[in-house]
Amino acid sequence: MTYIAKPKLHHPSLTRNEVGKTRRDYEGAISTLCAGCGHDSISAAIVQACFELSIEPHTVAKLSGIGCSSKAPTYFLGASHGFNTVHGRMPSVLTGANLANRDLIYLGVSGDGDSASIGLGQFAHLMRRGVNMTYIVMNNGVYGLTKGQFSATADKGSVAKKGAVNNDSGIDLASLAIIMGATYVARSFSGDKQQLVPLIKAAISHPGAAILDVVSPCVAFNNHAGSTKSYDFVREHNETVNRLDVILGAPPMTAEYGPGEMVEVPQADGVTLRLRKITPDYDPSDKAGALSFIEEKSQAGELATGLLYLDPLPKDLHANMNTAAEPLNTLTESTLCPGSTVLETINAALR
Amino acid sequence: MSEPIASVNEFVVKFANVNGSGSASANELFARSILRMGVPVSPRNIFPSNIQGLPTWYEVRVSEKGYLGRRGGVDLLVAMNPQTWKQDVEELSPGGYLFYDSTRPMPASAFRDDVTTIGVPLTAICNATYTDARQRQLFKNIIYIGVLSVLLDIDPEAIEKLFGEQYKGKEALLGANRKALKLGRDYAHENLDPDLVKLRVKAADKVGDRIFMEGNAAAALGCVYGGATVCAWYPITPSSSLAEAFQAFCKRYRHNKETGKANYAIVQAEDELAAIGMVIGAGWNGARAFTSTSGPGVSLMTEFIGLAYFAEVPAVIINVQRGGPSTGMPTRTQQADILSAAYASNGDTKHVLLFPEDPRECFEFGAESLDLADRLQTPVFVMTDLDIGMNQRLCNPLAWDDSRTFDRGKVMTAEELDAGKTFGRYLDVDGDGIPFRTIPGTHPTKGAYFTRGTTKDRFARYSEEGDVYIDNMERLAKKFETAKSLVPQPIVRHAKEQTRYGVIYFGSTSPAMDEAIDLLEEKGSHVNSMRLRAFPFPNSVKDFILAHDKVFVVEQNRDAQVRGMLSNELGIDPARLVPICHYDGTPITGRFIARAIGGRMEELKVVSLERAVS
Ligand SMILES: Cc1ncc(C[n+]2csc(CCOP(=O)(O)OP(=O)(O)O)c2C)c(N)n1
Ligand code: SF4
Ligand SMILES: [Mg+2]
Repeated sequence: MTYIAKPKLHHPSLTRNEVGKTRRDYEGAISTLCAGCGHDSISAAIVQACFELSIEPHTVAKLSGIGCSSKAPTYFLGASHGFNTVHGRMPSVLTGANLANRDLIYLGVSGDGDSASIGLGQFAHLMRRGVNMTYIVMNNGVYGLTKGQFSATADKGSVAKKGAVNNDSGIDLASLAIIMGATYVARSFSGDKQQLVPLIKAAISHPGAAILDVVSPCVAFNNHAGSTKSYDFVREHNETVNRLDVILGAPPMTAEYGPGEMVEVPQADGVTLRLRKITPDYDPSDKAGALSFIEEKSQAGELATGLLYLDPLPKDLHANMNTAAEPLNTLTESTLCPGSTVLETINAALR
Repeated sequence: MSEPIASVNEFVVKFANVNGSGSASANELFARSILRMGVPVSPRNIFPSNIQGLPTWYEVRVSEKGYLGRRGGVDLLVAMNPQTWKQDVEELSPGGYLFYDSTRPMPASAFRDDVTTIGVPLTAICNATYTDARQRQLFKNIIYIGVLSVLLDIDPEAIEKLFGEQYKGKEALLGANRKALKLGRDYAHENLDPDLVKLRVKAADKVGDRIFMEGNAAAALGCVYGGATVCAWYPITPSSSLAEAFQAFCKRYRHNKETGKANYAIVQAEDELAAIGMVIGAGWNGARAFTSTSGPGVSLMTEFIGLAYFAEVPAVIINVQRGGPSTGMPTRTQQADILSAAYASNGDTKHVLLFPEDPRECFEFGAESLDLADRLQTPVFVMTDLDIGMNQRLCNPLAWDDSRTFDRGKVMTAEELDAGKTFGRYLDVDGDGIPFRTIPGTHPTKGAYFTRGTTKDRFARYSEEGDVYIDNMERLAKKFETAKSLVPQPIVRHAKEQTRYGVIYFGSTSPAMDEAIDLLEEKGSHVNSMRLRAFPFPNSVKDFILAHDKVFVVEQNRDAQVRGMLSNELGIDPARLVPICHYDGTPITGRFIARAIGGRMEELKVVSLERAVS
């Protein structure tokens, strides 16, 4: 494998967003993943979401662990700094990066092996702390990069390509995220761009720990009958609770929906989330309700997708720590070093 | 009966207490009052891995000559723990003194006839004076300090002054402590022979402007002065008090006076993997960051340390070493993580290590390590240990030059990128092996790159080509060469007489080595000494070794780890390097070193004579 730079020729007819960029400005190197891999669709959705949000690519830091999924950040946002860390430990690196500079947008990309198997601990603690970021798990139920072993999200009873049956309980990352204190939890499917792009946009505009569990079929090792993470299975068993529109600026009035069919949730920076209900009684601000709904669906063999949980007033790590408004990495000697006079008083107290 | 030990200003007092009984502050008061009389002391906490109930000891060496290493042997035992009575009494030197609580009669067999016994009914005095159980417990400690102050001639004014400073604004406590001290002093005056104890403290002026500080606090303060803004850690003895001290200093010195906002971030991580991950994330993103830990923590961190080495991310790891392997001796001291730190992680890795000798150097190296990590874009270890970290040590006052600026190393700015400067993340533009980096978010279109632990070319592009890999590995080796001239250089002391023997030592061995050199000299043996302050070893280390026939390498581990590194890294014939290892978990002593070196010198003399004859 070598790096192939994509030609950056802009077609004049490409539309430009508010910061004058075209969709191409959000792309990265050409993907080396298998043709048809769900991860590539998620990368494309990330490109679309950032373009539509008119984000300056260099204000994004993208971090990942190890796996096919964790390679994906090379294939989008080529003008952003990226960090491919170690297997399962990206959450801590992202936390440290976020502490150093609270002004960047943090995008964590991981796999189900990376987040639910080796990295389950870091994944959980990241959410407990309320790190302001968007964390996307490209969930295929297997370790793609090491050739198809079951991961910890593989459902009990699901069958591997070569016939082995998984006897261990699968971890539901969305439920786990809700329990662990994430303030935005969504689930989607790499094959449903309509649903996925707004969910990514909303996650980025959410000023707290936002988790997206995206089922992303592995065409090489987990797209057969008997897998619960295949394209066919997810299409057939997808139980969407709501549809989301992310509205920048003042939301237009609408009379399309009857009472109780639509909710608008204002976010920071003038973003509004408009939720159109599909499951009539589903309330994403009800933590316990969300958890039991996800579990009920799971017992019925269905996968709940959509915006599953949202805390409209999240408090992030920096708020909890009362850190300076300016990024810590910009502070200089005059702010950080107490100087020789203070040191003299310290010395004096130690005699 | 042995002749009672008589000494002015040169003796060792050992307090045997029960953990959690409040003895620590009373014992510290004892040590400080002697310091205030101008006589150097070096106290050492000896404690088990336990919070309450188990034995703990506090050993105070009084030494007007200024020896701050552990001496070994006990001249006066303050036996306040019945549980350890037998072993404590056995340890007392013949002619020594046994001080104990005589409220409950003890059988004659519990005593030794070659030591002087001083019984004071401490519990009875407390019970007669206090009704509250906690007060009875706490003031018992102050009462024995009162008795000792009379027996040893400690200036009560010095103690009073210390009380005044400690309980400023807390008049009730001040009065109560004064009263307890007086109870002890009155008892001694009324009941004890003033010449019973022939150990004396006599005012001197041997302390000067030195300060009395724990290494962990000093290292933490060094990180404050060096500009660390991110600290991520996981509790582990003996390093926890370092992060806690950082927190306390930051509370005092790092909040914006107007807004109250914190100019720092401290995270108690879920484990050491997460702690080092956060440090690396922060370092990658341009903040100065450190973690403090001990051996088991470093073991967990190793995969990440390799990432930081290979991806070239600044990170500071302060390893307050304790006895290993595994959980080992968690509350005892050693220098046994040198190899595991120097070559931490898979593949060909090498890391910069700094070896502070005392709290003052913990402060200096704390600040310096942050500069070095940024300059070299690599992990830097500060290798301190429990002996320096958790004991108060007399050392030179901390100093800071206000004109000093942080060395942020080679960071390419947006202006430089705009001016058309070539940016290759792993491109050696200056011939020192150190490339330029950019901080995320620097420029809208230039300077972004992908950081990874996999192989890459000079422009940070993924590549698995053998020659591209070697090119990068060779540059990393060159960068490590560059480090040799940037790290703190070793310090050489020449013996009074010409000698063909040298000794190399480092870190907390320092005060014991000072004493050992004097002890050897008294016997007519001379050694030139070199104190290592960092790895990689500068070229002067090889020169020093080659200038001597034999060089003793003194270290506090079993396997002579630094000796092995000297031999491997510098291509020295191992036969030239004589290991002197001390690793029972107690701090190395001058007596041990002098005896070991003296003994080896005798053997070597015999050998060379034999050679001459045959
Ligand atoms: C410490 C460590 N152990 C094992 C590996 C090998 N490894 C690489 S990727 C991977 C699994 C990745 O699975 P997942 O996160 O689900 O990503 P996918 O490839 O499925 O997208 C493993 C086990 C490693 N890189 N590091
Ligand atoms: S192995 Fe699976 S996960 Fe990896 S690139 Fe191929 S399809 Fe995607
Ligand atoms: Mg996977």
